[in-house]
Amino acid sequence: MISGAEIVIRCLQEEKVDCVFGYPGGSVLHIYDALFKQEQVKHILVRHEQAAVHAADAYSRSSQKVGVALVTSGPGVTNTVTGIATAYMDSIPMVVLCGQVPTAYIGQDAFQECDTVGITRPCVKHNFLVKDVKDLAVTIKKAFHIAATGRPGPVVVDIPKDITAQMCDFEYPKSIQMRSYNPVVKGHLGQIKKAVQMLQEAKRPIIYTGGGVILSDASDKLAQLARKLDFPVTNTLMGLGGYPATDRQFVGMLGMHGTFEANNAMHYADVILAVGARFDDRVIGNPEHFGGEKRRVIHIDIDPSSISKRVKVDVPIVGNVADVLDEMLKLMDGGFKTDPEVADWWKQIDEWRGRKSLAYRQSEHIMPQFVVEKLYEVTGGDAFVTSDVGQHQMFAAQYYKFDKPRRWINSGGLGTMGVGLPYGMGVLMANPDAQVACITGEGSIQMCIQEMSTCKQYGLPVKIINLNNGMLGMVRQWQEMFYSKRYSQSYVTSLPDFVKLAEAYGHVGMKIERPEDVEPALRKAFTEHKDDLVFMDFIIDPAANVFPMVAAGKGLTEMILAEEL
Amino acid sequence: MRHIISILIENESGALSRVAGLFSARGYNIESLTVAPTEDPSLSRMTILTWGSDDVLEQITKQLNKLVDVVKVVDLSEAPHVERELMLIKVRATGKDREEMKRMADIFRGRIIDVTETAYVIELTGASSKLDSFIAALDAGLILETVRTGVCGVGRGDRILKV
Ligand SMILES: Cc1ncc(C[n+]2csc(CCOP(=O)(O)OP(=O)(O)O)c2C)c(N)n1
Ligand SMILES: [Mg+2]
Repeated sequence: MISGAEIVIRCLQEEKVDCVFGYPGGSVLHIYDALFKQEQVKHILVRHEQAAVHAADAYSRSSQKVGVALVTSGPGVTNTVTGIATAYMDSIPMVVLCGQVPTAYIGQDAFQECDTVGITRPCVKHNFLVKDVKDLAVTIKKAFHIAATGRPGPVVVDIPKDITAQMCDFEYPKSIQMRSYNPVVKGHLGQIKKAVQMLQEAKRPIIYTGGGVILSDASDKLAQLARKLDFPVTNTLMGLGGYPATDRQFVGMLGMHGTFEANNAMHYADVILAVGARFDDRVIGNPEHFGGEKRRVIHIDIDPSSISKRVKVDVPIVGNVADVLDEMLKLMDGGFKTDPEVADWWKQIDEWRGRKSLAYRQSEHIMPQFVVEKLYEVTGGDAFVTSDVGQHQMFAAQYYKFDKPRRWINSGGLGTMGVGLPYGMGVLMANPDAQVACITGEGSIQMCIQEMSTCKQYGLPVKIINLNNGMLGMVRQWQEMFYSKRYSQSYVTSLPDFVKLAEAYGHVGMKIERPEDVEPALRKAFTEHKDDLVFMDFIIDPAANVFPMVAAGKGLTEMILAEEL
Repeated sequence: MRHIISILIENESGALSRVAGLFSARGYNIESLTVAPTEDPSLSRMTILTWGSDDVLEQITKQLNKLVDVVKVVDLSEAPHVERELMLIKVRATGKDREEMKRMADIFRGRIIDVTETAYVIELTGASSKLDSFIAALDAGLILETVRTGVCGVGRGDRILKV
């Protein structure tokens, strides 16, 4: 027999978890003691529980593994909520192990008690309170199973302290059967046939893909399919890297800050093949202004509730994206031909491309777009790029051309400022030799800046690209455009000296103020300081705005372009 | 449109709050909700009376199915079914109203299940509309208390909701 705490650790070992991100406290002391007595599972001590969850989340996004966080009860748990909700919105598989007050104290407002299951319920795929040590191993098994299968998501396991002290035989179940949980994998063959037929008939087709392609590791299949069809491809913010951005067929990201060609192609398409994407408001704008009467939609998604939620779908296909694409490819082996009129559609798209909607004016200041372009060059397009939320995030998405999946790590659904640095940590734990850049703003970076200390402790050489405009830039942009320039609380004064701050944490700091210094500074950071965390404070043009832009509530074709201003 | 959703769900603590939380988080209506264990005590059966357009109902059933604890979901009102609701209503029964209340209960096939010097408790079972009519037929001033179980229902004939 072993203790509940040892069972927790043995379960993690069985799941081949090589590292957990966490922060100790009273209710998890037994677990931390069990952790101490072994070496297989490494522990990364963060400086705030929110960062533990973000790091576990990015660990998962940048690998194919389930990220794990471990926190104490009460405030430990409440600090994780932002991280859990962030992962939930982007369907990231993750297990969060939480301490809880001893079983007999639950409900008595005990010290550091909170209703973990209640607080996290709306932002988890599922959660459990373990009430008996005999259920502990099977519950953890279920948690990993649920997190990683179907539409993935975070799962919380709440473990009272007394349970971690009790003794029990340990047996880790090899597999799990749950009568209430049987996610589909294979798509309906009849529907897939219909879809293939519809693709042959399409004259103005578009392949529109999202995070589902990345989550199901289907980018190779998607590329095969797209080549075969020779149709244009657009990605959502979450889908970037799912299709190579440097490919001729790629028309760029679509949506609120999508390219002119992507948004027009999406709007005027007669057949949309939606793959692991969910037509959300930042992507299609107002559904009432979206597309024409005769447009037909094929939608592949593992989550039936994502289908026909915002846009009526003609051919729903519920299944794992990779499996469904595989079936489609098989069906297209014999006698499949696309419509010759697609050539005219390509002409139209090339005309839209001619508008060069991502062109931007240089100024005497550093332009943020320029920094991202240089970063792309210096890293050979091969870096993992994490970002925070704001204008810098959109510049990163628009100007860093992701050719591979799992390289672009950002909070798309919840839009959580503060994720960038802990995301960098998670990426590095999963990919120790990778180049990792965190593109951030002076607003966002300060939301989890304490993690520079964690990076020091574990030698995590994140390159922080601070696009410092001295503004909550995205807020300022909306105020400029929609609130007659009343800049209410969007100006950040009393910024710290980021160079000194980085140095105070034991890292390298650089301040870059002139356009000609951008590239040399980046080169220096990625070569000479390859193994250091470098905080690069780029003082950028504070007036730079993100274009194209579809204002909230408008249709995709109602774009504001840079040159129109 | 009015719909009756029947749910088989693992009889775990917190199952009810998952369902109720889903409805409030997504802005769906709950007119009534009843829940109790089935003949298999590991399963509970929930009946929810809701309303919404076809699109909303499609989302409700899909979202319910997504809950990990939910085993099965059907929209009973999509096909022939029977439904019942139970009401206990306490009314003032003094003077001439005492006889009148007895008469009304008989007309609606209610049963008087508790009698005191001043009040009756009448039990009435039936479609919700029948319970509504009964309330409407009484002098509002004489109604002391009403308690209703909410609708429960079952598909007719071979339509069976079971694991
Ligand atoms: C936690 C959180 N709070 C508030 C917001 C709203 N918000 C979105 S972008 C933004 C400004 C971000 O400023 P900064 O990090 O400097 O980036 P910039 O837009 O200037 O590039 C704010 C406040 C958010 N997304 N997340
Ligand atoms: Mg800023």
